[in-house]
Amino acid sequence: MLEPINVSLASLNLATLAPMLIAIVGALAILVIDMVKGGLHKSLYVMISLLFLLLDLGALVDFAGVFLKNGTVLGFFDVMLMDGIAILSQIIIVVGSMLFIPLALTSKRFHEYNYPEYFALFLFMIAGFQFMVATDNLILIFVGLETASLALYTLIALHNRSKSFEAAVKYFTMGALAAGFYAFGSMILYAISGSVEINQIATVLAEDHYSNIGYVLVSMAFMIAAFGFKLSMVPFHTWTPDVYEGSSAALAGYMSIVPKIAAFVVAMRLFEFLVHSGVVWLQVILYIGVVVTMTASNIWALVQTDVKRMLAYSSISHAGFVMAAILIGTTQANTGLFLYWALFSFTNLGAFTMLWVNRQKNLLPGQSSDHPYEKFSGMIKTMPMGAVMMALFMLSLAGIPPFGLFWGKMYMIGSAVSAGYTVLALIMALNSAIAGYYYLKLIVFMFMKEPMVGYEKFYFMNASLSLKTIIGIAAVGTIFAVFAVNPLLEVITLFVYNSGY
Amino acid sequence: MIDHILTLLIFFPALAAMLGFVVTKDSMRAYGIAVAFIEFVLSLWLWYAYDPMISGMQFMESMPLIPAFGINYLLGVDGISLFIIILSTFFTLIGIASLTETRRLKDLIITLLFLEMTMVGVFAALDAIVFYVFWELSLVPMLYIIGAWGGPLRIYASIKFFLYTFTGSLVMLVGMLFMAYFYYQATGQWSFSILEWYRLILPENFQLWLFAAFFLGFAIKVPMFPFHTWLPYAHGQAPTIGSVILAAILLKMGTYAFVRFSLPLFPDASVFFMFPIAIIAIIMIIYTAMVAYAQEDIKQVVAYSSVSHMGVIILGTFALNVEGVSGSVFLMLAHGVVSGALFLLVGVIYDRRHTKMMSEFGGLASVMPRYATIFGIMMMASVGLPLTINFVGEFLCLLGFYKQSHMLTLTAGVAIIVGAIYMLSAYKKMFFGAVTNEKNKNLKDLNRTEYLGLIPLVIVAIWLGVYPKPVLEPINNSVESVIQLMHDKAQSPEAKARIPDLSGKNEIIPMQEAH
Repeated sequence: MLEPINVSLASLNLATLAPMLIAIVGALAILVIDMVKGGLHKSLYVMISLLFLLLDLGALVDFAGVFLKNGTVLGFFDVMLMDGIAILSQIIIVVGSMLFIPLALTSKRFHEYNYPEYFALFLFMIAGFQFMVATDNLILIFVGLETASLALYTLIALHNRSKSFEAAVKYFTMGALAAGFYAFGSMILYAISGSVEINQIATVLAEDHYSNIGYVLVSMAFMIAAFGFKLSMVPFHTWTPDVYEGSSAALAGYMSIVPKIAAFVVAMRLFEFLVHSGVVWLQVILYIGVVVTMTASNIWALVQTDVKRMLAYSSISHAGFVMAAILIGTTQANTGLFLYWALFSFTNLGAFTMLWVNRQKNLLPGQSSDHPYEKFSGMIKTMPMGAVMMALFMLSLAGIPPFGLFWGKMYMIGSAVSAGYTVLALIMALNSAIAGYYYLKLIVFMFMKEPMVGYEKFYFMNASLSLKTIIGIAAVGTIFAVFAVNPLLEVITLFVYNSGY
Repeated sequence: MIDHILTLLIFFPALAAMLGFVVTKDSMRAYGIAVAFIEFVLSLWLWYAYDPMISGMQFMESMPLIPAFGINYLLGVDGISLFIIILSTFFTLIGIASLTETRRLKDLIITLLFLEMTMVGVFAALDAIVFYVFWELSLVPMLYIIGAWGGPLRIYASIKFFLYTFTGSLVMLVGMLFMAYFYYQATGQWSFSILEWYRLILPENFQLWLFAAFFLGFAIKVPMFPFHTWLPYAHGQAPTIGSVILAAILLKMGTYAFVRFSLPLFPDASVFFMFPIAIIAIIMIIYTAMVAYAQEDIKQVVAYSSVSHMGVIILGTFALNVEGVSGSVFLMLAHGVVSGALFLLVGVIYDRRHTKMMSEFGGLASVMPRYATIFGIMMMASVGLPLTINFVGEFLCLLGFYKQSHMLTLTAGVAIIVGAIYMLSAYKKMFFGAVTNEKNKNLKDLNRTEYLGLIPLVIVAIWLGVYPKPVLEPINNSVESVIQLMHDKAQSPEAKARIPDLSGKNEIIPMQEAH
């Protein structure tokens, strides 16, 4: 007869689940409200989501205080792992989501926002991402990843256009493949180490001195493919531009930020101990991956005719740039990753919101995509403020100081230099120069060309107070980033260092 | 207030530009002139308060910006940067005052004021990252000026300008990060302060690599052969005001940065690369002079002559002694005044005829005598006639380099003299002979606005040619301390020998050792 299992509630440390639970409760609350009284306006759901996200953020900030005092918090049979990078990335996820959700309050009506399920799915997705980063258990990572991805596929498809369906299906197929790779990779790791927890795996592997190196490499091949899909590393990036094009600009901007930071954190947990223990093959593959992702996507971005597709390729390139941190693996580089992503969130969300604001219901006459460059010609004459904002975000993305992303780039290149990766540092710098061209191209269209006749009415079509507020926040975050960098750096370094990365 | 004069000088135009959005279109010009004038007076006040006897940095300001990574808002001027700052404010004033552009004047003036901020910022910054911020930021207004008000190929020209300089500066940024990292290794502290970097003695092979990284950034900006191809396009397409600012100030950022960064940070590398760079400089002088001779567009002639003179500045800088470096700093000012004035003069005729082809002109001296006179004076200054501003600078540059190599200096000297041919022939084509083109018969001579811009430049060109001391002396003092620093830091015996030791003698260096 089995002994009854006795687990004291205190040892579960259920508080570690609090941030995710808040998001889940929020999602359920939205569903319940809809059940009780249907047909409510989207503004209600936006505000409810915002409130729950605020609570979520509050819980995270609370955890940050606990972490600084007592160090890493474990909970729920040690499955939950609230260390510095988990807290940091969750803060980025939640803040990014809080900036995203008001974008639903457009002045034009869009299909998806009429469904309360949209907002429920959105909160479920956030919970998924939070689970993904707050654990080092391969199974929970998988569960979190799939929860979030399935919700995201649906969100894309809800946009209700043929291109959106195509995008969702494409993303779903690729995501399913990535999930398969992930499961396979974890299976091999489990087979050789007998554990599904990354730090246990690391210990076991180190104890027998990587005698199973062949299996480790096979599992890493699968893992790289899985995360390659999620982070859209070349050559696993092919879905990205199509999916971005098919989803609404707001959601595309969101996808370029939040899912990626979650994937970065997992990649950091999984790959860095291997890079540190001198698995040369992995280093080489990562090195090649980083350089090819940065460079190739930059070159593809040069030839795009649609601004949204250009931004899609540019966000691939930024992801490649940041992936370098995982290759370098020093505390400075990991700090750089979070700094870069925090600054990138503001700038990129601003850029995509500008597209969202200029979104029209139907395609422009004679154009095959929503945001061709031509649409923006001469914008300085018709919409001076909008043109200046857009130019600001483009300059920041290009890495022109003193705007936001420059500081991230500088710190990342600096960390490459300090770690002895001189060639990588040069490649990173030169890639910024290539990228300069396509960001400039938009500026050239906006500032130096004559406005297209008949396009005036499409500018700011979708604008509403809340969209403009988000653009304002993004712009302030981009311009005054220089004053935020020091506090950010100090906090991030503290968190990253104390988590042992 | 005088303690924060540099911050004031940097951010006053930017603040004024922001407020300028409110000013109505018709009053914008007056507003621009007023702001530029106040800024110019402030810079004169800086000169007045500057103590020429002190060779080090003055009016230093410091404020932590990103202390976790050693970045501080650190400003200061010495004799080298002081006059370039005054030149920047002076030219912004002249440029706005003599503006003839009418399309979207408000945008143009706001852009110019932002540009002024970045120019003063570059020359006042003593922290590498702050320097870099202004250096890069200066590209954006210029991109807009060329791209929005330029000629038919303006977009191509502006993007080429931007991408060339941007690429070079990114490599330079990697170099800066390396310097900071070396400093971190040596002291355990991150720092981007140039003054603290000065104290760092690097092994020679590191110096060579870092020198190369910085060189790429600076050489593209100057622009040095073979990186000069963006400049003729930029000048050819830019509106008059763009060319004036570009030639007078923006190009000086490169040569100034050589004196501020490359020389004192990497003395051994400077000596190592001295002759290769001198040869490039001489190629620049000769080759661009020949290209200038072949041009049919008067603006291109002036543009190539401007590149040619930049070669002399580089030659003087890499003489690595007091005469050469002081001469090159002085020549930066002289080149600013003269080439700025020449571009203004080209703008005058372009406004009247909307062409810059020399074949369209001829005999202008009889139609526009005053214009011809001022053009003549500036052209003489450009070819380095004694008692004009360029002569002082060119002479000192050549004198400085003569101490390092007689042959190369002779070549350069001959090249400069031969270079006079293209200017004289261009002048001949435009101004002498009979008026052949009907359209030129009734051209009006200079008007009041144009006088306003040109007369001060003529005065400066002659005044500093006759009596350069008030400017040359502070430059000399500061350059001496740079050279002394280089001598003290130099490690290889060759560098010790090439860079003179000035300790113990403050007087002018005896000339006889050249013989």
